[in-house]
Amino acid sequence: MRNPNEIVADALIAIQSCPDLPALEQVKAVYLGKSGQLTELLKSLGGMPADERKTAGARINEAKQAVEGALKTRRDALQLAELDRQLAAETLDVSLPGRGLSHGGLHPVSRTLTRIQALFRSIGFEVATGPEIETDFYNFTALNIPEDHPARAMHDTFYLQSEGLLRTHTSPVQVRYMQTNQPPLRIIAPGRVYRCDSDVTHTPMFHQVEGLWVDESVSFADLKGVLADFMRNFFERDDLPVRFRPSFFPFTEPSAEMDIGCVMCGGEGCRVCSHTGWLEVLGCGMVHPNVFKHVEIDTERFIGFAFGLGVERLAMLRYGVDDLRLFFENDLRFLKKFN
Amino acid sequence: MQFPESWLRNLVNPALDTAQLAHVVTMAGLEVEALTPVAPPFNNVLVGEILSAEKHPDADRLRVCQVDVGEAHPVTIVCGAPNAAAGLKVPCARPGAKLPGIEIKVTKVRGIESFGMLCSTKELGLEGAADGLMVLAADAPVGADFRSWLNLDDTLITLKLTPNRADCLSMQGLAREVGAITGTATRLPQVVDVPIQIQDTLAVNVAAREACPLYLGRVVRGINAQATTPLWMAERLERSGIRPLLAPVDITNYVLLELGQPMHAFSLSRLNGGIEVRMARTGEKLELLNGQTAELAPDMLLVADANGPVALAGIMGGQPTSVEADTVDVFLEAAFFSPAAIAGRARRLGLSTDSSHRFERGVDFGSTRRALERATELLLDICGGQAGPVNEALAELPRREPITLRLARLKRVVGIEIDTDQVVRDLLALGAQVERQDDRLIVTPPSFRFDLTIEEDLIEEAVRLFSYDNIPAQPPAAPSRMLPQDETVLADDVLRQKVVDLDYQEVITYSFVDPAWEAALDADARPLPLANPIASQLSVMRTTLWGGMLETLRHNLNRQQERVRIFELGRVYASLAEQPMRLGGLAYGDGLPEQWGATARRVDFFDVKGDLERLFGHALDTRRSVHPALHPGQSAELWLDGRAVGWVGTLHPRLVQTFDLPSAPVLFEIDSDVLARRSVPRYTSLSRFPLVRRDLAFVLDVHTPAGALLDGSMIIGVKACLKTKKALPFG
Repeated sequence: MRNPNEIVADALIAIQSCPDLPALEQVKAVYLGKSGQLTELLKSLGGMPADERKTAGARINEAKQAVEGALKTRRDALQLAELDRQLAAETLDVSLPGRGLSHGGLHPVSRTLTRIQALFRSIGFEVATGPEIETDFYNFTALNIPEDHPARAMHDTFYLQSEGLLRTHTSPVQVRYMQTNQPPLRIIAPGRVYRCDSDVTHTPMFHQVEGLWVDESVSFADLKGVLADFMRNFFERDDLPVRFRPSFFPFTEPSAEMDIGCVMCGGEGCRVCSHTGWLEVLGCGMVHPNVFKHVEIDTERFIGFAFGLGVERLAMLRYGVDDLRLFFENDLRFLKKFN
Repeated sequence: MQFPESWLRNLVNPALDTAQLAHVVTMAGLEVEALTPVAPPFNNVLVGEILSAEKHPDADRLRVCQVDVGEAHPVTIVCGAPNAAAGLKVPCARPGAKLPGIEIKVTKVRGIESFGMLCSTKELGLEGAADGLMVLAADAPVGADFRSWLNLDDTLITLKLTPNRADCLSMQGLAREVGAITGTATRLPQVVDVPIQIQDTLAVNVAAREACPLYLGRVVRGINAQATTPLWMAERLERSGIRPLLAPVDITNYVLLELGQPMHAFSLSRLNGGIEVRMARTGEKLELLNGQTAELAPDMLLVADANGPVALAGIMGGQPTSVEADTVDVFLEAAFFSPAAIAGRARRLGLSTDSSHRFERGVDFGSTRRALERATELLLDICGGQAGPVNEALAELPRREPITLRLARLKRVVGIEIDTDQVVRDLLALGAQVERQDDRLIVTPPSFRFDLTIEEDLIEEAVRLFSYDNIPAQPPAAPSRMLPQDETVLADDVLRQKVVDLDYQEVITYSFVDPAWEAALDADARPLPLANPIASQLSVMRTTLWGGMLETLRHNLNRQQERVRIFELGRVYASLAEQPMRLGGLAYGDGLPEQWGATARRVDFFDVKGDLERLFGHALDTRRSVHPALHPGQSAELWLDGRAVGWVGTLHPRLVQTFDLPSAPVLFEIDSDVLARRSVPRYTSLSRFPLVRRDLAFVLDVHTPAGALLDGSMIIGVKACLKTKKALPFG
């Protein structure tokens, strides 16, 4: 009988030198196959005397285990190498851009409107809308701006050749809403408005958000509270200075203009705030009793405040846009800066 | 309204500097729009007189001047100005003076020492012709400080007055207001009745008594209209933005600024017969002072004589009867025309005058006579002459009814309690009469306040003088009720976001468009035209969003944007009653953004249809139909619930040319109401059977739409579609 140890030594050399899995399988056949060298050795046990058989058997089995162990180790190593090769071959340049559609974006005015609506919704304001071609009644008369009132001259109204005019503010929505809804009510009305004016700081169409809160006990102090809260949240500046100045709107009384500390220069004075440190951002006031009369709301029982703000103005301040006209040129290079 | 601070301070002088005064006034509701110094800072400039001006021995263009600046000896100054000549009085900057941009030192100019500089307006930073030296009046006091002699340490204040505050359209009114705001005593102009020296009068007949409740007139004879307007008056007029013209006119303008009463001076000799104040008759015309001939309407108030109209009452005088340099006798008018009789008329004639601006808003009928006396006094002082008695036509003046201010109401509107004593004090300071009762004040406003008629008006005044700043900003308390959330309606911002996610960029285009776009997109469209468009290409209301989309496409193609995918959510306009909201979109260029991993392919009909299916969240009922703006073979109408709701298709090749595009975009437009409508999901049980898949192939006539087969069948998809013969394998 050939010495099993010699066979093992040969086998280990053969296994180690196997370049791949098929070669390894062949080596396995040479030693452990049906007529492999160790298999043959085992078969020869039958012709041995019984006392030798036991020792020889044990030795052959040891040799067999040694070969099997070496085969497994080599197989694992070869498999691992194979996987590495595969992974290397499948490696991508992950720095390449992704595939497929891109995404669009909201117009900065919409983006601003969405933000304004979200803030007011969070304290219970609903969104209302109204038509843009309006009647003289809703745009003026019902808002306490009678025919020939000097305030009408300040509105630069577009008229249609047929009936109607383009609303000059979102305030008519107040009237329409109060005609069909009973207080208490809290609404904002965003939308397009139109003034016959076009220069560096005016476009003939722009956006406003009207706000209205009518209840049994709202006051000028509440008006100040809501609007200061809004501005500070809109600009995410808890320390944003705000101030209210007396002003005049026919549909509110007392009326106020709201200024915020210039967000461009921090109140130091710059071109944007005309070196005053303040920016006029909003008109507001307590709803005028004549407006309530037009919609048959009892002025002794209900009281309300209203406000109107310019969306483009807020967008310009929030995002640092320095030319109003950019909003309506729709240059994709400009619009994509807000995506 | 613009005026010099010095004039205001002359009438009321609170202990505040210019900036503080501006702040206080602004916070009381009279917004200060601008503070403009009359002159930039400079110092050490005196009034000098050129005694002699000799040519510089070494320079042709320079002159060596001996200048008297009020010192013991004249000083030598070398000057390059062409107009330097002996006898002129000029501003003279002495060594050490700081002018805008330069500091004056003793220097040698071509060998001759020069002790200062003679100045032009430009060198001092003043307005006026820049050529050569600034020539001063012959009576300018030699040696006087130039700044103080011309009162240059003054600031022009520009106020942005709201239309309710007509009472502040005069220095007197402003002084009263500033006095009330700051608690400072006022020194309003003292007016005394002038002595009557002649008995001449001109008959005045007021026919329109409601429109003209008060008309005062007076004859002044023997004036010198060419008298020089005094420097102080000319300066105040100029600093208030009114150019001095002729003394009598300057005087009426001055009274308008000082007391707020618009006045008019007629040339007496050019009036024919007495004055009549009446409404215009159809067809009447009047040549106005500005040269314009106004066609008068029957609702316009006139001052007329026997020959016809002589002035558009409260708006502008007529040219033929105006005062001119040779006028000797004048008829002075001061009247109260009611706001309703004046409002809007000037605007209709394309006019806006200082007079109409005031009358429309309300002129103090309580000081009409005072203004007439003031103007006469100034006229006699400056132009000489003799005054006749005042002729008055008085009807019913507006009444100032007492208004009740309930203190509880005040507190409820404001949100906090304001001390009643303070309210009373403030209302008194504003010129109102106040009667105090238990829980209320009975307030009678003064004649100059046209804006105080109801309780809210008084509340506003009380809060204004209390200061808005003193009212706390409080977070309001309201019951915590949830807002309704309709699950069947997609909010606009959610809809927008869905389109954005499909790779469309939102645009906002004008609602008024070029009529040519409308006609090109649909020859049958009848867009509503604007009566007063801002430009012809913005003159009709859009009936489709596509015009703006195509214009935006072209704008961006011109800026090298090769792939344009845009949408707009906005209204189109059919009539006052019908202004539906639409979602419009346009896709142009490659289907995918330029990328390494996909073959470039132009966007087509099915890309956009796919976008719409994703937007609706379900398959669409599209029916081949013909739209004038779309390619007839690549357009479809969208149907939903038995109703046509929109269009999708490729732009018609004809319009590709019209809109000057390199190739055709795909467009869509849908009623956004339909898009926003969603049903609430309703669970039904899942099938217990396994899914079975069968591949089928159909051979159809090429004109049979695939949709006919897909509709209502169990077929769930199309794998390939061969155009000729059309074999439709379904899977």
